[in-house]
Amino acid sequence: MPGESVMIPLSIPLRQALDRLVLPILIVAALGIILLGQANRALTERVRMGLADILAPAYELVAWPQEQARALLDRMRDMGRIEAENQRLRTENANLRHWYDVAAALVDENAALKANLHWMPDPAPSFVTGRVVRDTSGLYARSVLVAANVEAGIHKDGIVLDGSGMVGRVTEIGSRSVRVLLITDASSRIPVRLEVSHGAAIMAGDNSGSPRLIYYPQDNPPIEGERVVTNGEIDTMPPGLPVGQIHYLRPGQPVVIPFASLGHLDIVRVFDYGRSTVVPPDAPGRIPLRRPTDSFTVPFPSPLGRG
Amino acid sequence: MTPDQAPEFQAGIQPRTSLWRRLDMLSRRGLPAVLTGVAVLLLSAPFGVPGQAELLPGVLLSSVFFWSVFRPASMSSPIVFLLGVLVDLLGFGPPGVMLLVVLLVHGVALLGRYGFARVHVLVLWLVFSGVSLGATVLQWGLISALSLRLVAIPAFAFQWALGVGVFPLLCVVFTGLGRSIANPDRA
Repeated sequence: MPGESVMIPLSIPLRQALDRLVLPILIVAALGIILLGQANRALTERVRMGLADILAPAYELVAWPQEQARALLDRMRDMGRIEAENQRLRTENANLRHWYDVAAALVDENAALKANLHWMPDPAPSFVTGRVVRDTSGLYARSVLVAANVEAGIHKDGIVLDGSGMVGRVTEIGSRSVRVLLITDASSRIPVRLEVSHGAAIMAGDNSGSPRLIYYPQDNPPIEGERVVTNGEIDTMPPGLPVGQIHYLRPGQPVVIPFASLGHLDIVRVFDYGRSTVVPPDAPGRIPLRRPTDSFTVPFPSPLGRG
Repeated sequence: MTPDQAPEFQAGIQPRTSLWRRLDMLSRRGLPAVLTGVAVLLLSAPFGVPGQAELLPGVLLSSVFFWSVFRPASMSSPIVFLLGVLVDLLGFGPPGVMLLVVLLVHGVALLGRYGFARVHVLVLWLVFSGVSLGATVLQWGLISALSLRLVAIPAFAFQWALGVGVFPLLCVVFTGLGRSIANPDRA
């Protein structure tokens, strides 16, 4: 080939023979690379990652204008929709204002009723906010790692909630992070109450996205779509925390669709309800028996005096 | 296509080969390979264009086939080898498969180049369709064999069709390039 500048002077037949040998040698090398790639996958991955690392800044340079353009397009589309959006928000706002009035009235009424009943309010729970840093779910477990200030008061069995519902319970505590067992884990059992049918049940996770409902009263089956809240029958969990919604996969098999977006958790709050410190009184409901030898005493001082 | 000849075989009076002229010639000679490499890099960049990944083998095979037929000096075997290694490193399939395929296409083009360079471009298109069909079938077979399962055929059919479709366009572009900025005789 005239294009290949050969520095060493070689005879023309030899050079042609060499030229003819190059391609077969390269094909054999390709076969060798195929075999090497099959035998040593780690090496391939390392070389590929090395090249990807080198190219990453260039790819970022390519991706950046695309992101900007997409953001600009989105903003323009939003601006086009702004009229309809405003209209919708105004209606929604009116609707919400009505509900706000209702809620405020109910709060007042509730406070008045509780005052009449000498209601002892629950202590306000303290909470610590943290970010879900890693989904430690495997094939057989559903749990996440939450990075949070553990010293601010996270205890084992703390209740974890996200913006819309219950996420799980704290099972292990590290120095800067805690592991949270999700309500979908196969070993999670949460006592729940059904809001419409007023039944009690146990919500049992099965590693799928929607935990099963077990031990519900057979004469009062759960109703499709009703809200599920915590029962409060275990010490660390207050009643009434939102958990999810009933859905029948098929007749006789109710599951709970969690309110919390367990698939993509971001920021969660770990609540410490501190109810485990409440010590129940000894032998509740037992009336101490009066011994027959005790004499009857009048509860008021005798007008005659002791004398 | 202009004949690619070394200056010593060309008739007539030639300007003296200064360093600048030699660099110019080298860059013109290397342009097809460089452009192919850039195309490979661009087609594996995250543009999010549909069909981008399937287009890459088509563009690579078209370029290697075209230049191997019309100017092997610009698409020599070591350059084809480097391009194949680059594609294999950028992809995620079993390593070496695309390398072997592209080397074989290069070899077929070299073997038949005296016939291929003389036929009409439509006939050349048919020839390329056949060659790239063989290459795609070989790629599919190798990937299936190396991953020990039958890989879905439609993706490969789509890839082949894209390659066949893009070949005439690239032919026009490459012919223009070969006559102008990628022509070492015009240095």
